[in-house]
Amino acid sequence: MKFLKKIRIVLAVLFFLPILLFFIDFTGKLPTQIHSFISLQLVPALLSLNLLVINIGVILALLFGRIYCSIICPLGVFQDIVSWKSRLFRKKSKKYRFDYSKPQNTLRYLILAITIIVFILGSSALVLLLDPYSIFGRIITQLFRPLIIWGNDGLAVALNRMGNYSLYKVEQISFVPLAFGVSLLFFILVTAMSWFWGRLYCNTICPVGTILGFISKISIFHISIEESTCNRCGACEKHCKSKCIDSDAKKVDDSRCVSCYNCISTCKKGGIKYDIRYKNRKIQPVQSEIDNGRRTFLLASGAALTSIAFANTKKIISNNDSILARKPIMPPGANNIDHFNAHCTGCQLCVSKCPMQVLKPAALQYGLTGITQPHLTFSTHVFCTYDCNICTTVCPTGALRKLPMEEKKLTQIGVAKFRRNKCVVFTEEKDCGACSEHCPTQAVHMIPYKNGLTIPEVTENLCIGCGGCESICPVRPYQAIYVEGNSNQIKAKKPSEAKKFEKKIDDFGF
Amino acid sequence: MKRRDFFKSAAIVGIASVFKTKALGSVMSSSKLAVQSEPDLVAVMGGEPGVMLTRALKELGGIGHFVKRGQKVVIKPNIGWDRKPELAANTNPELVGTLVRLCKSAGASEVIVFDNTCHDWKKSYTNSGIEKAVTAAGGKMVPANDESYFREVELPRGVNLKKAKIHRSLLDCDVWFNVPILKHHGGAKNSISMKNLMGIVWDRGFFHSHDLHQCIADAATFHKSPALNIIDAYRIMKSNGPQGKSEADVVMLKSLIMSPDFVAADTAAMKLFSQVQPTDMKDVRYIGLAERLKVGTQNLERLNVKRIKL
Repeated sequence: MKFLKKIRIVLAVLFFLPILLFFIDFTGKLPTQIHSFISLQLVPALLSLNLLVINIGVILALLFGRIYCSIICPLGVFQDIVSWKSRLFRKKSKKYRFDYSKPQNTLRYLILAITIIVFILGSSALVLLLDPYSIFGRIITQLFRPLIIWGNDGLAVALNRMGNYSLYKVEQISFVPLAFGVSLLFFILVTAMSWFWGRLYCNTICPVGTILGFISKISIFHISIEESTCNRCGACEKHCKSKCIDSDAKKVDDSRCVSCYNCISTCKKGGIKYDIRYKNRKIQPVQSEIDNGRRTFLLASGAALTSIAFANTKKIISNNDSILARKPIMPPGANNIDHFNAHCTGCQLCVSKCPMQVLKPAALQYGLTGITQPHLTFSTHVFCTYDCNICTTVCPTGALRKLPMEEKKLTQIGVAKFRRNKCVVFTEEKDCGACSEHCPTQAVHMIPYKNGLTIPEVTENLCIGCGGCESICPVRPYQAIYVEGNSNQIKAKKPSEAKKFEKKIDDFGF
Repeated sequence: MKRRDFFKSAAIVGIASVFKTKALGSVMSSSKLAVQSEPDLVAVMGGEPGVMLTRALKELGGIGHFVKRGQKVVIKPNIGWDRKPELAANTNPELVGTLVRLCKSAGASEVIVFDNTCHDWKKSYTNSGIEKAVTAAGGKMVPANDESYFREVELPRGVNLKKAKIHRSLLDCDVWFNVPILKHHGGAKNSISMKNLMGIVWDRGFFHSHDLHQCIADAATFHKSPALNIIDAYRIMKSNGPQGKSEADVVMLKSLIMSPDFVAADTAAMKLFSQVQPTDMKDVRYIGLAERLKVGTQNLERLNVKRIKL
């Protein structure tokens, strides 16, 4: 049975690496198909109602226990890596230092219950904060990716000096202190917990872990201790990062076991079994660990906290960095703000894949509950590319609906507003036209002004809100043309084509 | 020597021999020079981009006249937009590829191609087809997406643009070619060879906020002028420039204009363009402004213009 651990590790690496590299890849070289690894994540699957993935997840857990936590969940694998590396910093005698601890069931169920209730009441605030995949995405995108890009930039500068242009510098413009802070907080929390206590995070805080724990209690295969061969040496307990093996009582807490199979590999006596629960034995009723008093407490505090959370979900419109108190601009495919806010878990996948870096994690633009959800901010040369729909194709949660390219080109995420009295054509009486130059639909076009000058005009139903105009408008700090976000994304009118020129020219004209 | 040129010089010589005044003598000698030397401007029509390029260069003494063995060459096409070649938003990739190959065959040690793009630079490099054509011909695509690739230079003759950050590969090269495409342009009215200079500069926002036309003319006073402006008019964009909306904006002219003179090249290109989309030359103000800064001449009559139809 010792091969089980090896299989688990190989599979974990196979799932972990593509996701990790996909988040880090800042060159856009990796194929977008890799995101199918991400669509296997349970919370995104639940949010996008991906029944296939949900069923696979449930069936896997019913068969083998929480192998999801050990193989598919990137945050789980990340914790295993932390826990594994932490051994390098320990004395030899303390390398395997786990011992059985009682489950923190009250806390576990409380967190799960509140998350679900708050979600049902219409706020994804807790799902956003606690979904393990999204936490992983934020940690990588906000904390690790910038370091790697810095490394790349340093190398690129050195190579470019020598005339080698195989690497290039990548400007980093997506730093948002609040989003960084949230990511850092969870990074510290998860890293510290796994460094000292193995999988305590997964078995106390993670709502996905808790749900899978319910299922793994009745899974067909499970870990158990063989009465006859076990000599109570305690090696398995010391190696159990879930701290769920009580070697004295010869019991394993299935709800916390993440099926890592370390115990099997450790036991020299062959005293750990991984086999069918319902074999030659009458089915033991699953013990309920929740008594009524607890339930009442749970519900009461759940309701209380829910109302607090719910009260906080009001959208706050910040006007610090905006020209006017404008509404946030959601990525294309977000449909409407309620759908978007309820489904987006702020995993940063679209942010990390956006080739223009126009998508940035929000601070308070969507309110307290939408920190790290993506929104568009324009700056010089940074706007939404007309021929690009990558954010809509990678979104795993369904917060962004996948838009075919032609539909994306007609999806109005906002509308350009022109402030004539700020425009350089008006103030300086000089030609400019930078906005119209960058307008892919010619919603912003130049009309005659005076003295042969032309001035911009916006046809709003042609505008898709890409921000090309705002990004390039030379009037600073407050541009003469800017995009107002749509809370309801609508379909723009298809731009009409120019009249074709049919005549044949066969003279130079000079 | 063309028949027309022969008559012209014959007439001048004839008149001069009658009057023998000093002034006329000087006219004669200068005209003679113009007649005997290579043309100031070559226009070709009716071929594929690479063929027209080779043909036009032949009139000017071939690529070897401009590129010497071991030299570092820079080619600056228009790669501003994430658009396929058929939409005529970027310089024709075949033209750029052929030029790279010619430079390499003349012994260039290195041929570098870049543009400070408007759209995402990687997508523009790729989707314009230019990256592929250049690498296949042995050239090197170089990024221009970061300020660190640029170095500041003075433009003492500039009126509004007195200094600019210019791409260092261009500052460090031995010879460079300006290879724009002929396009309609919402702001500058038309984008040709002088407008293409905005892609060698880092801060183009300055242009727009300090009188676009004047800044374009100022940029053309940059002391290191291109060996040639090679204007791609194989496909031109007649409307909705500089990005274009669809192929309805594109007109196939199968032409190419070549001249070391910015102003003459842009003037000739405008006359070609005006046959498709009538444009008042005065509205393309930067051409006149550049002439005033002695960058070149709009008076094509005074130049030796070679027209070739294939």
